Amino acid sequence: MVRATSHFAYSPNDAEIRQVTQGGQLTDREPVRDFAIDWDHTDPQWVADPYPIWDDLRERCPIAHTDRYGSGWFPTTHDAVSAIANDTEHFTSRMVVVTKNRFPPGAPPAPMGGAPPITSDPPFHAVARRLLLPAFAPEPVNALEPQIRALCQKHLDALVGRDTIDAGHEYAQFIPPGVIARMLGFPPEDEDQFRDFVHVVLDLVDLEPEIRGPLFWPINAYFSAQIEDHLRNPRDDLTTFLLNVEVDGKKLAPEHVRGSMVLILVAGIDTTWSAIGSSIWHLATHREDLERLVDEPELMEVAVEEFLRFYAPVTMARLVKDDYEFRGCPMKKDDWILLGFPAANRDPAVFAKADEFIIDREVNRHAAFGLGIHRCVGSNLARLELRVALEEFLKRYQKFELDPSSDVTWAPGQVRGPRAIPLRVG
Amino acid sequence: MKVSIDADICQGQGRCFSIAPRIFTFDDLGNGVVIADGTLTDQGLELARLAQSNCPEHAIFIEE
Repeated sequence: MVRATSHFAYSPNDAEIRQVTQGGQLTDREPVRDFAIDWDHTDPQWVADPYPIWDDLRERCPIAHTDRYGSGWFPTTHDAVSAIANDTEHFTSRMVVVTKNRFPPGAPPAPMGGAPPITSDPPFHAVARRLLLPAFAPEPVNALEPQIRALCQKHLDALVGRDTIDAGHEYAQFIPPGVIARMLGFPPEDEDQFRDFVHVVLDLVDLEPEIRGPLFWPINAYFSAQIEDHLRNPRDDLTTFLLNVEVDGKKLAPEHVRGSMVLILVAGIDTTWSAIGSSIWHLATHREDLERLVDEPELMEVAVEEFLRFYAPVTMARLVKDDYEFRGCPMKKDDWILLGFPAANRDPAVFAKADEFIIDREVNRHAAFGLGIHRCVGSNLARLELRVALEEFLKRYQKFELDPSSDVTWAPGQVRGPRAIPLRVG
Repeated sequence: MKVSIDADICQGQGRCFSIAPRIFTFDDLGNGVVIADGTLTDQGLELARLAQSNCPEHAIFIEE
């Protein structure tokens, strides 16, 4: 048995990351004066409340530009987001997280990219995606419901007797890692440390490359140890499946196996945890919706879709393949596109009363899981986790509100959600 | 009255079979498929329309 956890001895802890972050750039960041020509999705104003910024840009631009991150575009209408998401001829998915370093040394090239299939382009994309789809199809996912429910109950049991809780750090963030670790066949005791991975990949995007790069070393070491262990001790999980599966009589390239594992772990964790957290935050701050969902539990299914629309956590990125004029914007080869599905979800051209949360909204064609060939592979699992996590939470707590003595903190970057959610539940 | 899903457009968003499970189901990749030949009753038409108006990919077609 490989002692995989030992690699985390080198993992940066929160304090170190904070130090690096502050030393690296937060302090020397230029404040944004006009998001239309200088957007920055890690700007404190955007992180705190992006929606008024997006509404303003949608009216004024509607595709904003920045010279930060080496030049990038930010479409804000549903129509433009959808057009780019469905245009794999002019836009590549090779890099899907906007960082200062577009092409880190050693990054696998197109059409596979570093985390197939999310970073892959056609026609390779379809091959990589097809491998993962059966495991995340409704039938196998629905079979996980009892396990997910038990996991939620276990973490709620630990809070019994408390008058105040942090529904982010003490509930929401435990659920997805527990589920995904089991699917990949990673030791459940490593769950805590998965959060460090996610933090490095998704939150620390505006670090200088020479600082961000080494933060990945412990992640890579961890995956190497897991792969080695699964090769020696094959078992019924996604890691063993990826190591053994054959396409046209050939096993997958090692970087494909590793990339898909990274994708499943990273994309399966703080995305769903953000959705659970935002939903609980909403209910804590909107008493009428909380009461309604408690009184009418049959609304849960439509409520989940409205939580997904209104608080869609995930923004993806693309790169412009070659110089291309898109709707009057002179896009250059390798410019970033920040593909704002959450902004598309607030477009009044598509949604009636787009800026209002309507808990029983029946017509809801939201794009929270993306549009086109890169639709979130884990959407069935995410929906199930969100629904079950809310159902179990509401069984324990029918009345709760924000605890005014501590602050709600929101994650920066491309996955939006509350990290700390201090609640009064007593 | 008949409903169909264009398999080239469907991306497996999963809205149709959760809204109208008597009309739609899914294949082993999670893509939506119409149950039987898609013939609709009046009540079925209403549900099929609701599913259609929730499909993010605009993959559902109804012949009235």
